[in-house]
Amino acid sequence: MVDLNELQTFEHDVLVIGAGGAGLRAAIQCAALGLDTGIVSKSLLGKAHTVMAEGGMAAALRNVDKRDNWKIHFRDTMRGGKFLNNWRMAQLHAQQAPDRVRELEDWGAVFDRTQDGLINQRNFGGHRYPRLAHVGDRTGLELIRTLQDHGVHQGFATHMECKIIGLVKDGDRIAGAVGLWREHGRFVLFKAKAVIMATGGGGRCWRVTSNSWEYSGDGAALAYDAGAELMDMEFTQFHPTGMVWPPSVSGVLVTEGVRGEGGILLNNKGERFMFNYIPERFAPETADTKEEAARWLSGDKNARRPPELLTRDVVARAIRSEVQAGRGSPHGGAFLDIANQRPADYIKRKLPSMYHQFKELAEVDITKDPMEVGPTLHYFMGGIKVEADSQMSKVPGLFACGEASAGMHGANRLGGNSLSDLIVFGKLSGDGADAYIKALPADPKVDGSQVSAIIKHATDILNREDGPNPFVVHEEIQEIMGEGAGIVRQGDELQTAVTKLGEIKPRIESVKAHAAPQFNAGWHEALDLQSLVTVGEAVARAALMREESRGGHTRLDFEGEREEWQKYNIVVSKQPDGGMLAQKVERPDPPEELSKIAYAKIEDLEAGNV
Amino acid sequence: MSKRTFRIWRGDAEGGEFEEYTVEVGPGMVVLDAIHRVQAEHASDLAVRWNCKAGKCGSCSMEIDGMPKLGCMTRLGDYPESHTITIQPLKTFPLIKDLVTDVSWNFAQNKRIKPLQPKPRDADGEHRMQQEDVDRIQEFRKCIECYLCQDTCHVLRDHDRKDAFVGPRFMIRVGQLAMHPLDTEDRIPAIKEELGSGYCNITRCCTEVCPEHINITDNGIIPLKERVVDRYYDPIKMLLRKVRGA
Ligand SMILES: Cc1cc2nc3c(=O)[nH]c(=O)nc-3n(C[C@H](O)[C@H](O)[C@H](O)COP(=O)(O)OP(=O)(O)OC[C@H]3O[C@@H](n4cnc5c(N)ncnc54)[C@H](O)[C@@H]3O)c2cc1C
Ligand code: SF4
Ligand code: SF4
Ligand code: FES
Repeated sequence: MVDLNELQTFEHDVLVIGAGGAGLRAAIQCAALGLDTGIVSKSLLGKAHTVMAEGGMAAALRNVDKRDNWKIHFRDTMRGGKFLNNWRMAQLHAQQAPDRVRELEDWGAVFDRTQDGLINQRNFGGHRYPRLAHVGDRTGLELIRTLQDHGVHQGFATHMECKIIGLVKDGDRIAGAVGLWREHGRFVLFKAKAVIMATGGGGRCWRVTSNSWEYSGDGAALAYDAGAELMDMEFTQFHPTGMVWPPSVSGVLVTEGVRGEGGILLNNKGERFMFNYIPERFAPETADTKEEAARWLSGDKNARRPPELLTRDVVARAIRSEVQAGRGSPHGGAFLDIANQRPADYIKRKLPSMYHQFKELAEVDITKDPMEVGPTLHYFMGGIKVEADSQMSKVPGLFACGEASAGMHGANRLGGNSLSDLIVFGKLSGDGADAYIKALPADPKVDGSQVSAIIKHATDILNREDGPNPFVVHEEIQEIMGEGAGIVRQGDELQTAVTKLGEIKPRIESVKAHAAPQFNAGWHEALDLQSLVTVGEAVARAALMREESRGGHTRLDFEGEREEWQKYNIVVSKQPDGGMLAQKVERPDPPEELSKIAYAKIEDLEAGNV
Repeated sequence: MSKRTFRIWRGDAEGGEFEEYTVEVGPGMVVLDAIHRVQAEHASDLAVRWNCKAGKCGSCSMEIDGMPKLGCMTRLGDYPESHTITIQPLKTFPLIKDLVTDVSWNFAQNKRIKPLQPKPRDADGEHRMQQEDVDRIQEFRKCIECYLCQDTCHVLRDHDRKDAFVGPRFMIRVGQLAMHPLDTEDRIPAIKEELGSGYCNITRCCTEVCPEHINITDNGIIPLKERVVDRYYDPIKMLLRKVRGA
């Protein structure tokens, strides 16, 4: 048993786990409300996944097209999410995003400008109007650096390179968390009245992913173990355009901004195939000739959008179909061409990091030649189930925001809606934590035996004599998920994935990491496996249950959306015996006012009739 | 696939040595891929930082054949096939383990720089700035905080004057504020005194290693030095200031 007096301990009102856009925004809000706040991250400050975001953040600022407003942003979000979004979250997001974006300017953000000197906005898939505030193709860097540089002056404590490995509770309530310093391998206890999970997603369950090593799904797994529910886990977004060649970079993202700036998709016959994949629901708003698409690109407001800008699920499946039909590019993708659509200097100015990425990693000059692209696991729509206004999970005192939480994006996220999600719900979770703490009757107490158990579980990995190599086990998980729960799914294959993940668990419990605890990659990998397998199983079980195809979830044995299934979310929770239970949970009826907006005709929304 | 040998520094603050590892390499592989292969096959406790693997986060800074570089953006194909590539940690910062150094000094420097003090918004609640007025500071804001420039700057590396000079990264950080159309703070005294602009003698080594191709010296440090000179050493301006009482 660990002596709590010996263990390094920090006490905070709120502990924010994760220092991406969501976590930093949450910490800034907590500090602004006078709460003693600490923020923890697995990597150094400013390196979280948010730094990689490219295209922009969506907000109806109306700087480029005056017809835009929150209602149309809300409607686009619901349609993109195939109406499975949490209505209230989608509403809060659309309403509050503009203020959250503007406030970044006071904190130092320098967005690209319009002719009038306002924040410029660009087109993106599924967004009716140019709506994404952006900085070239490095918007995430701008967001995280702005929050970081502002945040370090707000008085919250930063705990870097520390991995949280377990949550501690007092009865039902949250009481803190146990962490592991990556640098020297020692443990630390954070006592906290509230915990905000802002840990991002779990893309590392797959081999081809745009996600970094940090995306092992820790937040979802920790919350699940602590009794929170996970929702919408079957909805995993495969971004249509990841790099496919060379192998060492396969999966690395090619921003949707390329298509937003006019890039087109071609098969190996030189056909612009997206015209053949326009879903009925989007037909009235999508160009059906090259000529109309070209007019749209040159700014004709009466022209409809090119089919390359359909939602991500549609484009990703289209590319996959072309490849399967033998019309793919040499390395099994599609061609993405901007070279013949825009002048070289324009491309370099608007897409500088794409230009460098291809030049340096693939030896392709995108101002001269097409890129080869294919689907890559990109984003988790699912995550910790939270209450919309407060962002609190089922566990009192445990909050979640950003990619780690579920609800906002439904079955499919629109590009640009994540960065805005981070700042809207990051702030709201800070408000939620504040309200919770104010109403808390007594400070929660930390139970030493829980802390000891968490620490022992981690040190066992170093202490056992022998066991499987954690890197190898990780590859096995990726194989299971790639084969059983990839971009298209089938009942029997999902069942196999669930079974195999079950079989791999004892191996995970017996992995061995060698040598000393300092900065030990093998040990950290071994600890990540615990999260990966939980999240992987949740995805596979939810995907097995949902017998239809919708958004980021495609079932070959149940094609197309089924009306019946629009009534349910799938919720996953941990049973008293440790087993995982997936359940259909009926969705409440939407408020009439919101449902009217979501289903309204675009003309009526523009005219302000709804 | 073919095999390739790497000399990688192993050790901590107490000491250490280079060790050689041979792994399979394939087309398009970068140095970081090779390190990961070494981790998976030979040394699971080899310490290295990385996140994005796409040159966007600035985590994987190291010295490759003596040059400060990003491991994830350095292709093996850039080196002759039979050549053994040497990989070691940044020299300018205290070693933690293997390829990981303690860069916390940099975070401390950032905190010393006063944040943006924006002027009030226009009557309609907007801030207005023209694109051409922000082009320069957007160049500086491309910085991914890899600290390769800090590693290479001789003021920090050879003379260890971390007490006197914040280094190129933070010169452009403050430069970006000093050149910001909305900023109302007078930053010239801090640039000269606390941040130590005078220590830079314009060798341009920092600019050469910047993976974001930021023109740190010519676009950032030199204009700041000029402003300092204008303020403190230009006799006519000094006189005028006295007359105007500014
Ligand atoms: C290449 C790429 C491009 C993208 N482009 C866009 C775009 O243009 N527009 C858009 O809206 N979205 C985009 N996205 C999506 C968006 O970037 C992410 O969804 C978003 O940044 C997630 O932010 P977050 O704050 O939730 O988490 P992150 O920024 O990922 O931060 C997670 C944090 O949690 C920490 N953490 C995780 N586990 C633990 C643990 N166990 N203990 C302690 N700390 C932990 C990590 O260290 C990290 O600090 C893109 C994503 C990728 C990968
Ligand atoms: S130009 Fe100045 S800051 Fe850059 S390396 Fe030389 S001395 Fe250092
Ligand atoms: S200025 Fe360039 S070299 Fe220096 S930290 Fe920033 S990106 Fe790295
Ligand atoms: S891993 Fe991000 S820059 Fe190399």
